[in-house]
Amino acid sequence: MGAIVEDIQEKKYDVLVIGAGAAGMRAAIAASDEGASVCLVSKSLLGKAHTVMAEGGAAAALGNADERDNWKVHFRDTIKGGKHLNNWKMAKIHAEQAPERILELERWGAVFDRTKDGKINQRNFGGHRYPRLAHVGDRTGLEIIRTVQDKVIHQDNIDIFMECTVATIITEDNQAVGALAYYRNNGEIVAIHAKAIVVATGGIGKAYRVTSNSWEYTGDGHSLAYLAGADLQDMEFIQFHPTGMVWPPSVKGTLVTEGVRGEGGVLLNNKGERFMFNYIPEAFAAETAKDEKEANDWLKGVEGAMRPPELLTRDVVAKAIMKEVKEGRGSPHGGAFLDIANRQDADYIKKKLPSMYHQFKELGDLDITEEPMEVGPTTHYMMGGITVDAETGATSLKGMYAAGEAAAGLHGANRLGGNSLSDLLVFGNISGRAAANFALNTDEISFSKSKLKKAANEITDCFSDTKTENPYHLHRELQDIMEMHAGIVREEESLNEGIKKLKDLSKRVENAKATGDRSYNPSWHLCLDMKNMIITSLAVAEAAKERRESRGGHTRLDYPEYDKELGTLNIIIRKGPDGLNIVKSDKKIMPDELQDFVMKEAV
Amino acid sequence: MKRKIIIQRGEKEDYFMHEFEMESGPGMVVLDAIHEIQANDAPDLAVRWNCKAGKCGSCSAEVNGVPSLMCMTRMSDYDPSEPLVIKPMKAFPVVKDLVTDVSWNYEVNKKILPYQHPDTDDPRMLQEDVDRVQEFRKCIECFLCQDVCHVLRDSDMKSEYAGPRFLMRNAMLEMHPLDQGDRLETIKNDNGIGLCNITKCCTEVCPENIAITDNAIIPMKERVADEYYDPLKWIWRKLTGKTN
Repeated sequence: MGAIVEDIQEKKYDVLVIGAGAAGMRAAIAASDEGASVCLVSKSLLGKAHTVMAEGGAAAALGNADERDNWKVHFRDTIKGGKHLNNWKMAKIHAEQAPERILELERWGAVFDRTKDGKINQRNFGGHRYPRLAHVGDRTGLEIIRTVQDKVIHQDNIDIFMECTVATIITEDNQAVGALAYYRNNGEIVAIHAKAIVVATGGIGKAYRVTSNSWEYTGDGHSLAYLAGADLQDMEFIQFHPTGMVWPPSVKGTLVTEGVRGEGGVLLNNKGERFMFNYIPEAFAAETAKDEKEANDWLKGVEGAMRPPELLTRDVVAKAIMKEVKEGRGSPHGGAFLDIANRQDADYIKKKLPSMYHQFKELGDLDITEEPMEVGPTTHYMMGGITVDAETGATSLKGMYAAGEAAAGLHGANRLGGNSLSDLLVFGNISGRAAANFALNTDEISFSKSKLKKAANEITDCFSDTKTENPYHLHRELQDIMEMHAGIVREEESLNEGIKKLKDLSKRVENAKATGDRSYNPSWHLCLDMKNMIITSLAVAEAAKERRESRGGHTRLDYPEYDKELGTLNIIIRKGPDGLNIVKSDKKIMPDELQDFVMKEAV
Repeated sequence: MKRKIIIQRGEKEDYFMHEFEMESGPGMVVLDAIHEIQANDAPDLAVRWNCKAGKCGSCSAEVNGVPSLMCMTRMSDYDPSEPLVIKPMKAFPVVKDLVTDVSWNYEVNKKILPYQHPDTDDPRMLQEDVDRVQEFRKCIECFLCQDVCHVLRDSDMKSEYAGPRFLMRNAMLEMHPLDQGDRLETIKNDNGIGLCNITKCCTEVCPENIAITDNAIIPMKERVADEYYDPLKWIWRKLTGKTN
């Protein structure tokens, strides 16, 4: 079953884009616009990537629903939501460019929900001061991926490899020069020579048991970049979305959009109390309703009324639900009640939240227009990732770029809902352009046959007769370790134990066995995915141990407060000669004028 | 509860029915059952899936003969005393086990004239004018409508007929209030809309409950008939030289 080097197909492009969600496709379009030849590698069929699952909307300060909105307020909200750990330059570029990226989608055929005067409508969302999310009911991700998909297939110079997985990035003299990939359907191996690579592989959620993420989220890009020598940062910051389904068990973790709360939905405990009023952080008090009356006024559009506490940032809401459950005020299956039935009429709910209606009806035997949903936290998003330069998406490895969830910096310690879809478009575009310009001004560096052979052998090694471990069972063990030791709340002793278990599991993953042959073989694919998940999980646990404070998505029971010094540092994970190294790096300092604006009590 | 599941396995033309027994838990969907079988009995069992939430349209198969998304099909909807039979979609060539080669659909899509934006800096559309277009844009490209359509499933007329998914895509573009393209000729000729005989099977299997036949295909048939087969319009065009 070993690969013969002569059997490997070889292809050459200026730019290789790994991942075909919205970030990857937007990068491919941008690179092609610059005149580069592009190879777009998609692990799934085109249009199935995780972007398709985004529900609520894409944040952009268009000012259509509230003309007071502008990029500066969006920037401020992003930094406040990220607990000041964001790369401020990325947050600025993102807030400035998101409106143009959304309008561009409309020119490419996207059909967002409309305002009364026919413009793109915008909805409220957690942490956003004004209604800011361009949306299509609760299927905004589908609209966006389909739009860029239709653009990408009609673009010149882009070859698309569907159901093809990149297994290794090849470097020569500390520069990324290509990759080795395998086609899922027949197991054939392809070597792709590229002068620049854009990593847009998404997140890592499949390392956890309870997650809203699809199977693809196995940390491929994080692991590929780390092994190739690029820095990772902020890996301790994982977003646990406050509202996943909790019942029945087979759908535990499936996402319930924040749009439910944006449309007026409220969270209740088993005593029927709107408990979020008890969890309003000081930094948000001036912009949050004091009582139910004010929150209800806000829903009716009464001027001057502040936002309901259900629309606080996700880290705050997730922890509040956990606390209610822990103190015995949870719902029957260990969550909280999310009620929209008593807030909006049935037709409106079905129009604005059709897939939520459908999802609960089909999978949970529940009519959300009549009864409250039961919801609880679910692993949702990786704020950390590959360190990038704000203006180009360049990583610390020459020739490699990154964008979207795989990249770090924009969201800091906690991402605001709606900032991901706009992130994909803004930084997909930026990184694709920069990668193309780098490639078009660079000579090709070929890679040696010996490297190719070594990499190919590593891909097929798990077919060897000496292997014994069942990869599916290893995966479940990994998920249990991550839930227990690096989940929504963490502490030193438990993290140490988790790291030890991960290292032990890592050895067993080397012994994972692929059964059968190379044609469409999920056991083989999982053996390879497991290697990525283990590397990424270790990076998460090590970074989580190092950050001895609580901030945003990272909560330490043993260090429950902010630490002033750690608030100025990013934790960097770097591959060293003896394994994983941890480095602390100073966060870039924001100019005073922006800092003052962010710190204003209310805008 | 123990359940018997019979899965079609094998590559291309060479297949067999493989019976498994698995433990079914509360709320389980068919895709959960497949995953249990993969983890415990058949690690190389091929199945295509992504989101397991009914949003990506990857896990299409035929459950007891009905084209379905496996992630949205509950085990409890079927009689536990009878085995459940799961086969790949019939209208497409089998790659392996439950995975089919659906690449033809992507080729069809590529040939459809994409959205043509007008020359304006301030595009406006009213909600009531885009409701229908948005209904069509809910499509998750599961290709179950293509699988169930007799023209593709039984007659295999893929070279002459685009199938419901892509007739609907054409309809979406034609009904888009701002689109400047004209696709009627390709809808009639290359995409073969005349081959649809309105049995509405596509509408029945659509997991997004899109009224494919009534809202997309029939209006397009009418537009094609108006354009090409209306004798009064034909005479009018001859006399005035105008196209419409």
